[in-house]
Amino acid sequence: MNADHPHLRNVAIIGSGPAGLTAALYAARANLNPLLIEGLEAGGQLMMTTAVDNFPGFEDGIMGPDLMAAMRKQAERFGAETRTGNVLSVDLSDRPFVITTAEETLRTRALIIATGASARMLGLPSERALVGHGVSTCATCDGFFFRGKPIAVVGGGDSALEEATFLTRFASHVTVIHRRDTLRASKIMQDKAFANPKISFEWDTEVLEVRNPAQGLVSSVHLQNLRTGVRKDLEIEGLFVAIGHTPNTDLFKHQLEMTDMGYLITREGTKTSLPGVFACGDVQDHVYRQAITAAGSGCMAAIDAERYLEALGH
Amino acid sequence: MASDKIVTFTDGNFDTDVLKAQTPVLVDFWAEWCGPCRALAPTIDALANDYGPKVRVGKLNVDENPQVTMRYMVRGIPTIMVFKGGQMVDQVVGAVDKGVLKQMLDKHAQ
Repeated sequence: MNADHPHLRNVAIIGSGPAGLTAALYAARANLNPLLIEGLEAGGQLMMTTAVDNFPGFEDGIMGPDLMAAMRKQAERFGAETRTGNVLSVDLSDRPFVITTAEETLRTRALIIATGASARMLGLPSERALVGHGVSTCATCDGFFFRGKPIAVVGGGDSALEEATFLTRFASHVTVIHRRDTLRASKIMQDKAFANPKISFEWDTEVLEVRNPAQGLVSSVHLQNLRTGVRKDLEIEGLFVAIGHTPNTDLFKHQLEMTDMGYLITREGTKTSLPGVFACGDVQDHVYRQAITAAGSGCMAAIDAERYLEALGH
Repeated sequence: MASDKIVTFTDGNFDTDVLKAQTPVLVDFWAEWCGPCRALAPTIDALANDYGPKVRVGKLNVDENPQVTMRYMVRGIPTIMVFKGGQMVDQVVGAVDKGVLKQMLDKHAQ
């Protein structure tokens, strides 16, 4: 912190998943006294997982939330400061950059964006009305409520099949509803799902409506086969939506270069289109999207920010 | 760590401690294995400090208390409900911003 300007920071990091926490760890160890701001989905997507078996160093796997708690403690050990609060706006047209949260306004010389990506929803009004009452994007959180009940998972990627497989622990049956007739998921996940007697598939199928918002519970989904046009109802009590993620970049619209899908564009490591602003993790990566790649790019962003500040003379 | 102002609600004490309470009560439905619930915990702690004793703030573990969980049709966590005069008057699902919960409490804590 700067004595003259109590709200001026060298480095602020927005986001507290593996990318943000690794950036905080490296920036703290470089004596940059970083401030990490974490929002509603503190800890990021790993907070919604169970065992993480592909993070190197944990030969028996580690629970996602435990991994995030450990990363946070490690960053804090070296002096990273964390603040809870949703960022309402970021003004990159002024320097130092201005960050406004519900509680305060602060300025920072360098900004590291690690806001990640959030689960996409289908976008149906009936779906929105039933979140928490049968519609969920978090199998590990909500699978428990569907013990012995039929449920469905929408999606065809790795996370959809992983959720479907996980949910068979609780549900009597899991129907995977997918818009195409082939899966995007990896071979290993597909084999697992096909071999599971509790999982069946509705191919080439779209969800038109979730019923029944008037009862305040999910009772069925109304489906349409995209090839034949045939519609039907599937009786289920839970609907898990796993149709991918969208990057959390609304705050930076018209301020930073993005792809058509809204991912931040980075060059030469983690540099965004604006000097002094760096991006790491899923907010700039729609290809790898792993905890370890996010952490790696968080490290890169901290080093890039450090060099930027050095060149400025701080 | 968890604020000592946080009350633990159960199937056993819910009727007396929540429904018959003199003040509005905020109930956080949570479970050990729910990551977003853990992420929300500091916010719930902060609310207990900010609003006590005007509002009673507590947690109900859905794993250990199936009756209350069923009664209020909770099917996703974290779910936050506000009770007043024995009635559930407001609810919100998911890890939400402290501001949203404050607005909810301000509305009912008059």
